[in-house]
Amino acid sequence: MDIVDRRLNPKAKSLGNRQRFLRRAKGEIRDAVRDAIKKRKIAEVGGGENVRIRSKSLREPQFGLGHGTGQRDFVLPGNRKYSVGDVIRKPDGGGGGSGSKGSPDGSGEDDFVFNLSRDEFLDIFFEDLKLPNLVKAKLKDMRSPQPVRAGHTSDGSPARLNQMRTMRNSMARRIALHRPRIKELEELEAEIARLEALDPRDDEKILGLKTRLARLAYLRKVVAYIDPLDLRYNRFEKRPRPKTQAVMFCLMDVSASMTEPLKDLAKRFFMLLHLFLTRHYAEVDVVFIRHTTEAQEVDEETFFKATETGGTVISTALVEMMKIVSARYSPADWNIYAAQASDGHNFDDDMEHCLELLDGDILPASQYFAYIEVGQDDTPHGMTSVAWSGYEEVAERCDHFAMRRVASPGDIYPVFRELFAVSEMRGEGTR
Amino acid sequence: MNAPFRKIEPGVEPLFKGAEWDFDLVKKTYDAIEKIGVGEMGLDIYPNQIEVITAEQMLDAYASIGMPSMYRHWSFGKHFAREETMYRKGARALAYELVINSNPCINYIMEENTMTMQTLVMAHAAMGHNHFFKNNYLFKQWTDATSILDYLAFAKEYVAECEEKYGVEAVEAVLDSAHALMNQGISRHPAKRPTASALRDKANKRREHEEATYNELWRTVPRSALAKTAGDADSKAAAQESLALGLPQENLLYFLEKHAPKLEDWKRELLRIVRMLAQYFYPQRQTKVMNEGCATWVHYEILNRMYDRGQLTEGSMLEFMHSHSSVVFQPKFEDKFYNGMNPYALGFAMMQDIKRMCEEPTAEDRDWFPDFAGNGDTLGTLKDAWANFRDDSFILQYLSPKLMRDFRFFSLHDNSAFPVVEVKSIHDEKGYRNIRRMLSAQYDTSARDPDIQVVNADLSGGRRLTLQHRVRNNIPLDPEACDRTLQHVAHLWGYRVKLIEVYAETGKTFKEHETLPLP
Repeated sequence: MDIVDRRLNPKAKSLGNRQRFLRRAKGEIRDAVRDAIKKRKIAEVGGGENVRIRSKSLREPQFGLGHGTGQRDFVLPGNRKYSVGDVIRKPDGGGGGSGSKGSPDGSGEDDFVFNLSRDEFLDIFFEDLKLPNLVKAKLKDMRSPQPVRAGHTSDGSPARLNQMRTMRNSMARRIALHRPRIKELEELEAEIARLEALDPRDDEKILGLKTRLARLAYLRKVVAYIDPLDLRYNRFEKRPRPKTQAVMFCLMDVSASMTEPLKDLAKRFFMLLHLFLTRHYAEVDVVFIRHTTEAQEVDEETFFKATETGGTVISTALVEMMKIVSARYSPADWNIYAAQASDGHNFDDDMEHCLELLDGDILPASQYFAYIEVGQDDTPHGMTSVAWSGYEEVAERCDHFAMRRVASPGDIYPVFRELFAVSEMRGEGTR
Repeated sequence: MNAPFRKIEPGVEPLFKGAEWDFDLVKKTYDAIEKIGVGEMGLDIYPNQIEVITAEQMLDAYASIGMPSMYRHWSFGKHFAREETMYRKGARALAYELVINSNPCINYIMEENTMTMQTLVMAHAAMGHNHFFKNNYLFKQWTDATSILDYLAFAKEYVAECEEKYGVEAVEAVLDSAHALMNQGISRHPAKRPTASALRDKANKRREHEEATYNELWRTVPRSALAKTAGDADSKAAAQESLALGLPQENLLYFLEKHAPKLEDWKRELLRIVRMLAQYFYPQRQTKVMNEGCATWVHYEILNRMYDRGQLTEGSMLEFMHSHSSVVFQPKFEDKFYNGMNPYALGFAMMQDIKRMCEEPTAEDRDWFPDFAGNGDTLGTLKDAWANFRDDSFILQYLSPKLMRDFRFFSLHDNSAFPVVEVKSIHDEKGYRNIRRMLSAQYDTSARDPDIQVVNADLSGGRRLTLQHRVRNNIPLDPEACDRTLQHVAHLWGYRVKLIEVYAETGKTFKEHETLPLP
């Protein structure tokens, strides 16, 4: 009999099967993920998800006998009261005579719940957003720890050998153990040669010198120039990269013209921004400000769910934002990001005030201000909304003001591209 | 525990005391188990290989139908996802062990089991199942324990190669169709079985031969000229064709593999792999009650013997009894936990009953089972049953009136035309034989699986494949599943496929299904 320990064998043997399964059910899973995104809070976007799918493509049909037809006999255990000739009413639901007996195979099989991992979930989330692969990998990467110098160690790879330390140790050891230098030996040899040439009979002195020479040679052999003891390597520790904190302001127009699909687009935009920020900052606060003709800070639920009636005055949201910034998020301590989603409506007179606020307070204080105008792609060419034409001028002037018109989820990513492409590159370059 | 007091042999120490286990202890305990199982009870087993795995690996093993290696297919991923979800929710516990009918016999045991559970599962799987696999006639006839692991390795590699050559989706489409016909991929009459390596060589040779002898010239020979012979009576030709094709044929996968006109060779090889697997698992489907009953009876016997001689502590014994009694629990039919007969319960009860009848028979037993009641040779009688029966015949032969009373069996007749079911027999003098016959029929796989055969292929004409389902007891095929499965048949056949349902008794046609392959 043999006992084999298989516990250390490669895990996830069925990963290949799982990938095939996910590919097969892709359509359904994608729908399920979309539903999940609607339900999910912005800050929760990077997590796994329980998905319920009902999929035609997952069926495994087989020839089987029909249910509830024909004549059958069957035997059951546990008879307490029946005798021959008794009749029993069949259970409701037309389940036929089989009743609670062995549920018909296959009927309950098409519908089931399973868990998508964080990676799988994000893959599908990103797919709609058309993210470039490199960006996907970076976003999925959890907080990456950075190797940091942390003293020295006596053990390591040759590439990390610290030569200065090693040589210093070596020298100290050589001095302490009296390792003779080569020069000493040479001098001694010269002396012996000289004496022998001078007077070969002066045995005692020569002999003494020879013994000394032998001793020195022995010492040189025994006390190595560099001993494994001397080796010192640079030690690195993985430390989480120091990150700072950021606050993300979500501003949204919630007047009646913002329909559900538009809000859903806006929500994906906010989610993506949040993912980018969590990658760059250890802590990300999210503040939701909604506005119609007046603005207020609300929780996430209200932000996406409730609809208000009335017109739109964008500047109220900007004023509210600045109020919150000065109360809670000092620009000295916080990186401020603002993301505004709107369908572009605004009172004509208000735009001027908006630009004033942006130029005067908001843009100097914040890292980035992104404006997306959500809407179906049916605006006649050349027609621009009030907000759009107002902001256009700012966008030309300021690098960290981005604006984009978004009709489908795929349009969202380019809003972030310039900003994060630059900062990623900067981050890589200095390392 | 049969006796209230046990006679501990002098100098015998319990093998272990706590729940913790290590490899030496498992080895030592296995040796003690083997001494009893093989030495005293005379079980005849394959050499054992015990492999310790984690819960995660157990889930993995589930997903590949319990085999150590398996080709890749999405349906295994689907099963894995479902099992995993159930397990994580706590809705389903994992099996304590998993055993593979191979030589050497591979037993998986889980790392989180206590030492008592390891003892239990070793006695259960490494002795009980192992003996059954090696001795039961079905397994001897249908499975080749020495080559199955090699064959699986070959299958896995071959499928992977095909995926590389022809694309994952093309392979998947063939496997989907083959899986749909798995239950119709069984030959119920034994044929001689070449070994896995011979099969592989043959497959390779077949391919090489085709490649080597491919000649462009043959393509130019007009096909019809070859086929066209004197236009004699159509029916005679058809009869000859049927004969040549070996019709009627119950093994659909075999027929498609050999005769589907448009299949490429690698697809035929895939069909063959699925067919081999279906055949390998066929005995297991037919011997659930016996297999589990045998293993359960053996572990019960061995652990009791170990306890009696002082090799197990009372604590371990209690833990074992708790786990054993939940395994053999049979809920009543009204119980919300009722989900058919528990094969462990029925098998174990029948084997305990055989032991009782061999050792302490009543007059009734002597009446019903004159050939072994009171013969005093429990093990001999059981070994004979384990070797020569399958579930339905075992029940038909050995189910005693006492057991029918204990289980309080009753039989019902259900006619879908009426809103009620009728009680036909109960556990009384008049009902015993009836109940036994019906319970046996319930375990008869050939009666449970629909009887579908290939009856005509019309290879020289429109190439329409005709299948026939013989409708028994007025139970036709489930129409939706039938149409979808037929689509798979058409996919492999490549031409129109028709399935005729006829009444087995009268031969009249009940219904016809027809489908074309999707382009």
